[in-house]
Amino acid sequence: MAETQTMREWLLAETPTSRRHAKISALYQGWLSFRSNTMAMIGLGILVLLVFIAAAAPLLSPHDPFVQDLGNRLAPLGTDGHIFGTDSLGRDILSRLIYGARITLYIVALVALIAPIAGLLVGTVSGYVGGWTDTVLMRITDIFLAFPRLVLALAFVAALGAGIENAVLAISLTAWPPYARIARAETLTIRSSDFISAIKLQGAGPLRIITKHIWPLCISSLIVRVTLDMAGIILAAAGLGFLGLGAQPPSPEWGAMISEGRRFILDYWWVATMPGLAIFTVSLAFNLLGDGLRDVLDPKAGE
Amino acid sequence: MALTEDNNQRRPTRAPLTDQVWPFLRTTMLTLGSIAVTLLGLLFITFVIGRVMPIDPVLAIVGERASQETYDTVYLQLGLDKPLMVQFFYYLWDVLHLDFGTSLLNARPVSEDIARVFPATLELATIGIIFGVVLGVPLGVLAAVRKGSWIDQIARVVALVGYSMPIFWLGLMGLLVFYGILGWVGGPGRVGIFYVDVVPSVTGLILVDSLLDGNWDVFKDAFSHIILPASLLGYYSLAYVSRMTRSFMLEQLSAEYITTARVKGMSEWDVVWKHAFKNIRVQLITVIALSYANLLEGSVLTEIIFSWPGIGSYITTALLSADMNAVLGGTVVVGLIFILLNILSDLLYKVFDPRAK
Amino acid sequence: MMSTLLDVQNLWVRFPTRNGVFDAVRGVSFTLGRERLGIVGESGSGKSMTGRAILRLIRSPGIVEADQISLEGQDLMKLSEKDMRAVRGQRISMVMQDPKFSLNPVMTIGDQIIEAYRLHNSASKADAYNKSLEMLEAVSIRDAERVMRAYPHEMSGGMGQRIMIAMMLIPNPEILIADEPTSALDVSVQRQVLDIMDKLVKERGMGLIFISHDLNLVADFCDRVLIMYSGRIVEVCDADKLHEAKHPYTRGLLNSLPRLDAPRERLEVLERDPQWSEAPSVSGSE
Repeated sequence: MAETQTMREWLLAETPTSRRHAKISALYQGWLSFRSNTMAMIGLGILVLLVFIAAAAPLLSPHDPFVQDLGNRLAPLGTDGHIFGTDSLGRDILSRLIYGARITLYIVALVALIAPIAGLLVGTVSGYVGGWTDTVLMRITDIFLAFPRLVLALAFVAALGAGIENAVLAISLTAWPPYARIARAETLTIRSSDFISAIKLQGAGPLRIITKHIWPLCISSLIVRVTLDMAGIILAAAGLGFLGLGAQPPSPEWGAMISEGRRFILDYWWVATMPGLAIFTVSLAFNLLGDGLRDVLDPKAGE
Repeated sequence: MALTEDNNQRRPTRAPLTDQVWPFLRTTMLTLGSIAVTLLGLLFITFVIGRVMPIDPVLAIVGERASQETYDTVYLQLGLDKPLMVQFFYYLWDVLHLDFGTSLLNARPVSEDIARVFPATLELATIGIIFGVVLGVPLGVLAAVRKGSWIDQIARVVALVGYSMPIFWLGLMGLLVFYGILGWVGGPGRVGIFYVDVVPSVTGLILVDSLLDGNWDVFKDAFSHIILPASLLGYYSLAYVSRMTRSFMLEQLSAEYITTARVKGMSEWDVVWKHAFKNIRVQLITVIALSYANLLEGSVLTEIIFSWPGIGSYITTALLSADMNAVLGGTVVVGLIFILLNILSDLLYKVFDPRAK
Repeated sequence: MMSTLLDVQNLWVRFPTRNGVFDAVRGVSFTLGRERLGIVGESGSGKSMTGRAILRLIRSPGIVEADQISLEGQDLMKLSEKDMRAVRGQRISMVMQDPKFSLNPVMTIGDQIIEAYRLHNSASKADAYNKSLEMLEAVSIRDAERVMRAYPHEMSGGMGQRIMIAMMLIPNPEILIADEPTSALDVSVQRQVLDIMDKLVKERGMGLIFISHDLNLVADFCDRVLIMYSGRIVEVCDADKLHEAKHPYTRGLLNSLPRLDAPRERLEVLERDPQWSEAPSVSGSE
């Protein structure tokens, strides 16, 4: 190999010089094929923008999202100083949307952490231990799968009380079973493979095998699934917010904002329209990203 | 030539009757057993939810100002002094008798309420699924046959929008445009206020009832009210059904027996419909059953937007007024329907797939 | 010289991919009379693609180009898709590798055979049924009435392939393309299936294109052999003179096979010469 090798050549080298080299090279090639997927890149772009907006909310928003101005209620789109108009209490809709991005990200991030981890735990234990543990755990999973998700989430929130944290919990409770299924299926294939037997011969215990060898291999299929589920999580959270069971007023949660605007939909349509567009854009971005990721990480599952 | 051995291989011989009956009985028992366990689990979850509610069920019945004596009597009546498992048993017993307790709001049995509101949801979801299947299946098939063409792109956009759009928001926008601005459809509710309770309720499905009564005005009015929410639900079902149909078809179209059909000299139309489509029927049934179940659920938010007096509205209203019996009753019923639809699609699977015997 | 059934001149099959155009078949020419013509090659040599290209079954984005593919003087390349459908099945037919996949799993065997017959013959259902029974008996299937009602998954591989042969021969085509017809079968039934096919092809005076990777089988079974390598024909020879083949690739293949009459310590490993794929295609015309 020439010493004047460029970074790109190093990344695309056909014969990697170390394991790390091979790993990075594989990542880079995945990125190249992902980058050629325009729609997925658009999705990624929107999400990066969303994170930026949420982080810089105080700098970006023209007004305080909570300050009411009853003299300037329901101002239409393009009003001076209020591009997206104002809501029924005279609050600037744009500023509320910007702050709402934080809540959306917060909910998505929490659910995307809790549900797959819970599913991973249940699934790998069930798949690795087998026998009765497997039967019981999978039966429980099936029971949760048999429930209509939104109705179950509704019932949970009803029991736990309304609020963002409880909404997150309720959505996670309904979201984990598919992850458990995936993790179990992966575990079953990995468990019987030769390298696991080799590790066992070296004296590794079940805990070490599960955490060091099985979990890392389950991650990529879980990531794809989580990304594809994000849109559903956003829609579920917005639905709970819309029903008044998620974030509570005066919090600028997008679903709750639609619920508020609903009362004036025929005369002041923009109050409910703007947050809806925001939800649509973000979940569309997650769907585009998820499709792209699936093509890169799991080519078999693509159509 | 000695071809006999080969001829005898895997011949479906007529086994003695007992050999045929036993495996059948066994699978049936196993299926029934797993259904029973799922149901039990479902009821247990609703039971637990009911117990952790931060609402005192006794206070909810007797009111804040009742005496301690009254409170204690009701407490014992409800069996709240018993261990939790005994209470669960009572709960099971009641549910098996379709007794979900009385609604705290109107003091009527919850089961009666559900029987009253359920047809409205059924009507909505059924029209929605018909819409979704009639449009979604051909769209999915075409998208697969002409992969990469404009029709495939349309199918892709339809699905993406369906997966990304909050249903309640799209419903609001639909109301705004088609009712508020264009005035093409009826507004919220099942019928306009002049037509409420005009036709006698026989099936509970207002489109059917008005036809039975021969009352065209009610039928037209009811139709103008149901068309928007039903199309909305139908759109979501369309997005799902078309996407799934497309991927099933793509899988079949790359199968070798499709080449066989082409080698025979069949037209592409026949290859697609007589050969490939026949092979996805079974999978489609499952998807449609699942989609139907999802519509029943999706109707929760839709019914609120359109003030549709169905089970979704019922559960949410009950929820917001902490009427726990009503919430749990509704949840159990929806869960039951979910399970029933799953069983139904399993059964149809066995009918339509010669390999499943 | 025998009468020519099929005359293929300069056939190309191309697939555009992300990294440029991939040529699966590169300028292949050959003719087929009422004979058994073997096409041998390793996987990826383009032998299957050649068979499918003759039937114009290469799906987009694949592209087929040829100076001509003429069937008794009629150029198939110039036919409309509709006219081509009348050629498929009725004049040229094909048997594929694995009956497990090449029969429709949710249709009864009877329906599939009757369908093949009625596509090209306006016969009543009853006539088509009787004709199908006859055909099944012709491929040595006993109890044909039961088989007509059965589904493909209830058949063994050998029976499945005989059913395929029956189905593909029922419209009475002039040419049969057999694409690895016995590779998926148990060794014990391979010979039976081949014999049945051979008998029917001979009786009907058909031309047979036998595609296989199995050099010995082709040498045994065919009259003439084309050896393909990376999309080209590298050698043409009579089957009984295959062991005198000159091309280094053919020689390499022959030497890498174990032989009972000439046992050796070690079998040779084929050394590939990049020049083989550069050299122009040999014509397989008679």
